[in-house]
Amino acid sequence: MTQISHFGAAVLFALFASVVFGITQKQTTRDMVRYGLYCFALFVGGVIVAGWAMWLLRH
Amino acid sequence: MANPTNKTSEDSNNAATSSTPSAMSVIAPAVGWLVPGAGHLVQRRYGRGVLLMASIVSMYMIGIGMQGHVYSPNGGDLLDILSFLGDACAGGLYIVSRALDWNPGLITKATADYGSKFIVVAGLLNFISAADAYHIAIGKKQ
Repeated sequence: MTQISHFGAAVLFALFASVVFGITQKQTTRDMVRYGLYCFALFVGGVIVAGWAMWLLRH
Repeated sequence: MANPTNKTSEDSNNAATSSTPSAMSVIAPAVGWLVPGAGHLVQRRYGRGVLLMASIVSMYMIGIGMQGHVYSPNGGDLLDILSFLGDACAGGLYIVSRALDWNPGLITKATADYGSKFIVVAGLLNFISAADAYHIAIGKKQ
């Protein structure tokens, strides 16, 4: 069985989804790479922001 | 002097030709659905095809490894129905996992729910990939 932490799972999710989004949503290789990186940053950034928001709500 | 009658006939022929789907516009999305990334590979987009295949297959297999649930056809809860549709979009991966009964018997980890989401999203990403292969086949994308 695969043992992955919550954050690790979120980063893997972001990585795979960003690769597919980058390739399928843009026309040129340069745009694909840029959009993939943009999506990855938004995914991971969103996870961190949501994590801190939940921590603040809890405390 | 151009004959307007001939021009009209030529235009209608071009329109008929462009509206007729090529074999690749059917084969690419079908193959892409069955094997993630293969829709791009058959159109000689090797780099993209390999990346799509690696991403989607990895995501699906990690979901299975996390004891994610593979949904079967059902008429129950709306989320279960939608989850089945998402899973089924994974094509060959879904067929293999159902045939080999990769469903976990007893879920013992909280991350198994993440695994279920990995499997559903891998299917949805595969659908996007197959749609992209179709767009390449019809010339909408390079």
